Amino acid sequence: MKVLVAVKRVVDYNVKVRVKSDNTGVDITNVKMSMNPFDEIAIEEAVRLKEKGVVTEIIAVSAGVTQCQETLRTAMAIGADRAILVETSEELQPLAVAKLLKALIDKEQPGLIILGKQAIDDDCNQTGQMLAALAELPQATFASKIEVADGKARVTREIDGGLETISVSLPAVITADLRLNEPRYVTLPNIMKAKKKPLEVIKPEDLGVDVSPRIKTLKVCEPPKRSAGIKVADVAALVDKLKNEAKVI
Amino acid sequence: MTSLVIAEHDNASLKAATLNTVTAALQCGAEVHVLVVGANAAAAAAAAAQVAGVTKVLHADGEPFAHALAENITAQILTVAQNYSHIVFPATASGKNIAPRVAAKLDVGQISDVTQVISPDTFERPIYAGNAMATVQSGDAIKVITVRTTGFDAAPASGGSASIEALSAVAASDKTTFVGSEIAKNDRPELTAAKVIVSGGRALGSSEKFAEIMTPLADKLGAALGASRAAVDAGYAPNDWQVGQTGKIVAPQLYIAAGISGAIQHLAGMKDSKVIVAINKDPEAPIFSVADYGLEADLFVAIPELVAKL
Repeated sequence: MKVLVAVKRVVDYNVKVRVKSDNTGVDITNVKMSMNPFDEIAIEEAVRLKEKGVVTEIIAVSAGVTQCQETLRTAMAIGADRAILVETSEELQPLAVAKLLKALIDKEQPGLIILGKQAIDDDCNQTGQMLAALAELPQATFASKIEVADGKARVTREIDGGLETISVSLPAVITADLRLNEPRYVTLPNIMKAKKKPLEVIKPEDLGVDVSPRIKTLKVCEPPKRSAGIKVADVAALVDKLKNEAKVI
Repeated sequence: MTSLVIAEHDNASLKAATLNTVTAALQCGAEVHVLVVGANAAAAAAAAAQVAGVTKVLHADGEPFAHALAENITAQILTVAQNYSHIVFPATASGKNIAPRVAAKLDVGQISDVTQVISPDTFERPIYAGNAMATVQSGDAIKVITVRTTGFDAAPASGGSASIEALSAVAASDKTTFVGSEIAKNDRPELTAAKVIVSGGRALGSSEKFAEIMTPLADKLGAALGASRAAVDAGYAPNDWQVGQTGKIVAPQLYIAAGISGAIQHLAGMKDSKVIVAINKDPEAPIFSVADYGLEADLFVAIPELVAKL
């Protein structure tokens, strides 16, 4: 079975972004970029399924600027077999990415599609669900455990109040939550090997997809600042402040 | 311009998040309808009809909706979606699961985690874990949005007298089946609706210590229990207690963070709390930069003392 995994290049999770002074967006020049952490978990899960013999081939896909090739090389260093970049400098929104992935599903016919549940830049949490809808596939979002057997995936999902297990027939779209696995560190030999793996670059037009944005960003601002309060000396002082100053207890 | 709120409920009653979502929907347009999709959910539909500001409740009932599977709920929403200018979900696990599916079927963009309705087509939402706020405008005919419940007051649960209209239920998808769930039962308030939250971090060291130290404080304050990602990853607390960028977004009257250093991802989930208390041994912990009251102390000493003094 083939598995397709989507990966996004985002500002590294350790970077505290700054809003541009003209309020048009956040400043990402000379900022460290990495693979979206949830997508790293998605790739790791695909590699584990391959190690178990469930999956035969892992295709990593990304959409965006030329530099996304680095993200795809990382995916291949973790264990993806080949990669496809849909290259465009257009701002890509989840619906557009879902349409690109849908076109690639039609072409590649994977038995399973895994994505991260959310990208940590736009925090949308949409692409997997949209892809499932467009491809008429069942979805299992926020996965913390995946077992594949007999043409089905049994997926444990993180929901409000606890966990839920559903069974989806394959092909299906699964989105990875934090606790699905802990991604391995990429080793130097695997980074070298990844450089030799095939990476195909195509354009949205090749897939016949219109990626123009539906949602316009009018401005981006700093959030209201919360200023630090005071340090209290001991528990008694804390109780006094909560009771008499903040009046919250 | 009529908005449709997708109710979150347990068939017997509405979840609190639905009330905040109604408030957001009222800001999008003059009229608000509520869709209750459930199994034996007449009581939830009746409750929705009582919510102030709601003029009509649509109620679809059937076995396929017993477990709120995204495929079935989406199909039901699509039977009426074209009648509405806005389809509004709470940004809960369930809302986030379903809203993008509905949007894609309608070939429209979706706007997640709306914190403010600026005009019927313009919304404010956080990006980069709340380190920036984006104002976005939708050009689509139907706006599909999820709203962050902490950004909107709850609509009064009574005072309304909406009519209830039954919809015929769609057929179930055969591609997805519900297997089971492990939902923790407790008497504590829901994390996202609690007035007081006590939250523990990795410093607690074990699930036993987490329970031993944090539970008495929560009991004393009638609080919900929360946790940092580090504490959840380490297995000290269940996953649905996680407060932060990818966990629960909370804004209680009082948030007590014990042994939580305050990574930006955690702060994203709680910095809108009214009063924040941080208890931490490390004077440099970033949590102190957002805390109204900081106590530099060993939580294993300070928390029991706090319980005793309250």
